[in-house]
Amino acid sequence: MCASPFYRMQLMMCAGTGCIASGSLDVRDALERELQKRNLQDEVQIIMTGCNGFCAMGPLVVVYPDGIFYNQVKPEHAPLIVEEHVLKGRVVQDLLFKEEATKTRVPLMKDIGFFGLQRLIVLRNRGLIDAESIDEYIARDGYAALAKCLQEMTPEQVIEEVKKAGLRGRGGGGFPTGLKWEECRRYDSFPKFTICNGDEGDPGAFMDRSVMEGDPHSVLEGMAISGYAIGANQGYIYVRAEYPLAIQRLEKAIHDAREYGVLGKNIFNSGFDFDIGIAPGAGAFVCGESTALMYSIEGKRGMPRIKPPRSAEAGLWNQPTNLNNVETFANLNPIILNGGDWFASIGTEGSKGTKVFALTGAINNVGLVEVPMGTSLKTLIFDIGGGIPKKRKFKAAQIGGPSGGCIPNGMEDVEIDYESLQGVGAMMGSGGVVVMDDMTCMVDTAKFFTNFSVDESCGKCTPCREGLKAMYDKLTDICEGRGQEGDVEFLIELGNHVNNTSHCGLGKSAANPVLSTIRYFRDEYDAHIRDKHCPALVCPELIDFEVMADKCKMCGACFKACPSNAIVWEKKKVAWIDREKCTKCRTCIQTCKFGAIR
Amino acid sequence: MPKISIEDLRKIKEQQLNKMSVRAGHHRAKITVHMGTCGIAAGAREIMTLFRDIIGEKDIADIILTNSGCAGLCAKEPMITVELEGSAPVKYVLLDKTKAKRIFDEHVMEGKVVEDYALAIGSETMAT
Repeated sequence: MCASPFYRMQLMMCAGTGCIASGSLDVRDALERELQKRNLQDEVQIIMTGCNGFCAMGPLVVVYPDGIFYNQVKPEHAPLIVEEHVLKGRVVQDLLFKEEATKTRVPLMKDIGFFGLQRLIVLRNRGLIDAESIDEYIARDGYAALAKCLQEMTPEQVIEEVKKAGLRGRGGGGFPTGLKWEECRRYDSFPKFTICNGDEGDPGAFMDRSVMEGDPHSVLEGMAISGYAIGANQGYIYVRAEYPLAIQRLEKAIHDAREYGVLGKNIFNSGFDFDIGIAPGAGAFVCGESTALMYSIEGKRGMPRIKPPRSAEAGLWNQPTNLNNVETFANLNPIILNGGDWFASIGTEGSKGTKVFALTGAINNVGLVEVPMGTSLKTLIFDIGGGIPKKRKFKAAQIGGPSGGCIPNGMEDVEIDYESLQGVGAMMGSGGVVVMDDMTCMVDTAKFFTNFSVDESCGKCTPCREGLKAMYDKLTDICEGRGQEGDVEFLIELGNHVNNTSHCGLGKSAANPVLSTIRYFRDEYDAHIRDKHCPALVCPELIDFEVMADKCKMCGACFKACPSNAIVWEKKKVAWIDREKCTKCRTCIQTCKFGAIR
Repeated sequence: MPKISIEDLRKIKEQQLNKMSVRAGHHRAKITVHMGTCGIAAGAREIMTLFRDIIGEKDIADIILTNSGCAGLCAKEPMITVELEGSAPVKYVLLDKTKAKRIFDEHVMEGKVVEDYALAIGSETMAT
């Protein structure tokens, strides 16, 4: 046996939260057992990476050097993979990805549409490095950007490069990062702080989580660079306690970085000191707002305060503070190494670089994707996302979570950048994309997001605290059949008031889901109010639960599915629903393939 | 762990890249050991182990060692295919450890085809 074993094969397994939840650790154990059984443990190495992005298909195993992509691997597949692929070099066909549109199996990762159309800057290391190894991060040019800044650039030059890149904040607002740093640098009050906002709270968003879990050093390096640029020696990562794996990997990364001296005193002998602490948050949505976040780190109640002064002047402990989002920081290593001009060459006029999106909802390829700014929503949903499952129709996409708005069917050609999205009444937000099919009721969706905002409102200002509650009550009335003429006008008026008069970003955008669904789906609100009918058959109070005789194919599927035996059916006869027994659970509606129940 | 300098950063990068070369996708040479049931029975595992030991010992980063199924010529196993970047693949037959060592030294490292053990140059025509 040679001193350092040469691994002829490496199995890269996704160990993001998604894949761990679907059992990737059990698969790893099974693979390890099989390898040992055949005495292959010194030939083949298993590496646990961060989120691969293709969460819907997990657990995932990518086999190198071939680049073969296996999905939905279960522990019982381990003998097959080891026996066939590892030992005999034969690809296991059954575990290959099946392209939904063509029904063909695709062996190579690079040929899968989901991966092929992405452009990776923030996620450059995903699936390629061991998430817990600083050495592997360094191998992929990690900390080389920090070294370059400290050795060759003045803080002003670093800021200039970031300005040239045109990088804008990835947390939602889209404020130019370079300008933010410049302002913070100007204040001559020490100590200064730089904070990473990892308080990702939108329903359906998991971009920042995956970056912190899968490539924690890229965040640390970005923070150190920002610290150097603005003149801060201390950084904090504010991350919610619901992300235990992110916290665990960040802690390991900070520990390793300190050991190597890329964090700590006198980094690379340059005289620059920088260290990072983790500030776990309790998971309040409002703490994603910069001033509330800083109060939370200080140990106070997380509530926004009036600006000015801005955080750049008086932030954490009233000292000049820079706050950027996880993804913003992860962009910095490539910007410094490749130059601002390179970064500015990607994307659109006003929005440079790429954006990471979390695709969720009614979409085949649920997962994490990174595309250049200016990519159309259509490409995102249909080419990368693989379209809508079960041959249903695309209805709308909610972009930007509870602060964003919906983009309806027919407008999917819209290019995704800060300005275009605002133009259609949505916003970039942090990058959550919730796709909805024709089984989704837009009034119900608006109610869901409003309920979220009601729950998360800190209560400091009246429009947000009371206004949203009133809107929620009105939406509930509409969904339960108590809607009246004029309710929609009421919602529009109140929504505009909430947006215009709330104190912080949460309230200022909280009415967006209601306003944008009214803008594009007014007819659906009207149907709820005037016809007392929910066209998407979602709101139970507004469904007749009647079988339409002309559409019923008498198959009996609803009869078999009904959990409360409320359906009467005989062979070759139209089904009939007994209202006395019906619990309005909607199982029959979801079961009927012919849309015969209304 | 000691504190590292910028020079160390480069060293770690190089060392680590060697270990990660399997994932890189580009390489100078590719050795395929044919490991169907026939190949394994005839001793392909030994040859695979030999190559692994040599590559590990010399710490060579730009070679991919992989396996594939039966090459169809079961009577002449163990077989390997050596493919240098930019030239046609060469198939070797009826190997043992000594022969494999010679192929590694002469063909893989120095680029000279060992004609004594070679079966053919080029790959089979694929039916389309």
